[in-house]
Amino acid sequence: MSSAHDDHSHATHPDSTDHLTYYQTMEIAVRELLIEKGIVTADDVRRQVEDMDGRNAGLGAKMVARAWVDPDYKHRMLADGNAAAVEVGLDHGIFKLVVVENTPQIHNVIVCTLCSCYPRWLLGLPPDWYKSRSYRSRVVREPRLVLREFGLDLPDDVTVRVHDSNADMRYLVLPMRPMGTEELSENQLAALATRDSMIGVTVAVAAR
Amino acid sequence: MAKRAQAATQTVENAPGRFAAGDRVRVLAMYPLGHVRTPWYIRGKTGVAERLCGAYPNPEELAYQRSGLPAQALYRVRFLQQDVWPIYRGGATDTLDLEIYDHWLEPA
Repeated sequence: MSSAHDDHSHATHPDSTDHLTYYQTMEIAVRELLIEKGIVTADDVRRQVEDMDGRNAGLGAKMVARAWVDPDYKHRMLADGNAAAVEVGLDHGIFKLVVVENTPQIHNVIVCTLCSCYPRWLLGLPPDWYKSRSYRSRVVREPRLVLREFGLDLPDDVTVRVHDSNADMRYLVLPMRPMGTEELSENQLAALATRDSMIGVTVAVAAR
Repeated sequence: MAKRAQAATQTVENAPGRFAAGDRVRVLAMYPLGHVRTPWYIRGKTGVAERLCGAYPNPEELAYQRSGLPAQALYRVRFLQQDVWPIYRGGATDTLDLEIYDHWLEPA
């Protein structure tokens, strides 16, 4: 009589042991205390998590696509990123947004060496690698090698600019518009501006 | 977080700072205790103020529940990578931009 488990094996995984780290324990304790004292409600916390989880790079991509089709918008965006976000229906954000433009001569890449500062309100949560000590320590020191590990090989005559968002600014890279995209609509263009191209570890998706 | 957001809206965009875009500046090689935003790797290095970002409450004070006021001028300072690292393997024009507060800078 065949068992339902004959066709695959179960590796032995321990049941979750729920070992909390020091900071996980602290977070729970502080959160419960804030709720107990009426400073926030449990629903406030849930709503914030839901809000942040609901954001994604499609938001920032709207700004990129608009900048690609409208040179005046691009000019405004480079002067005031927050106002430019509002112009395309996005949140202003509480941090000042600096947009840096990639050109044939200049390639920009963003990092936060101190922690993981990132334009979350426009891109959602940062990827795990962005928060890793490896990325944070290496991209300031050997950016070309790190970019190569992300599949981007830049020639020597392109200047690489690394931006460490170590204080109050947040940064967004305006990637170059891919060739052969003249016929695409703004929505179609937005799909080419990926999260990684707005962090600067790659370029926008080439037109198919 | 709400308090920080409130503080940020009190920024004075054209608060006086000692430097202007284009000035050569050196990051002080000081090592104060407490919360600082100036990474160790850039202390003592010389670059150029690329722009004045505005003025913000001093994060070194905010971290300890103090107001951080008066707001301090914050600059984006651009460094040549070859001026930052003993051996930099990359382009001679490659740069590293950081945000440095006025009190961390001296004229170079």
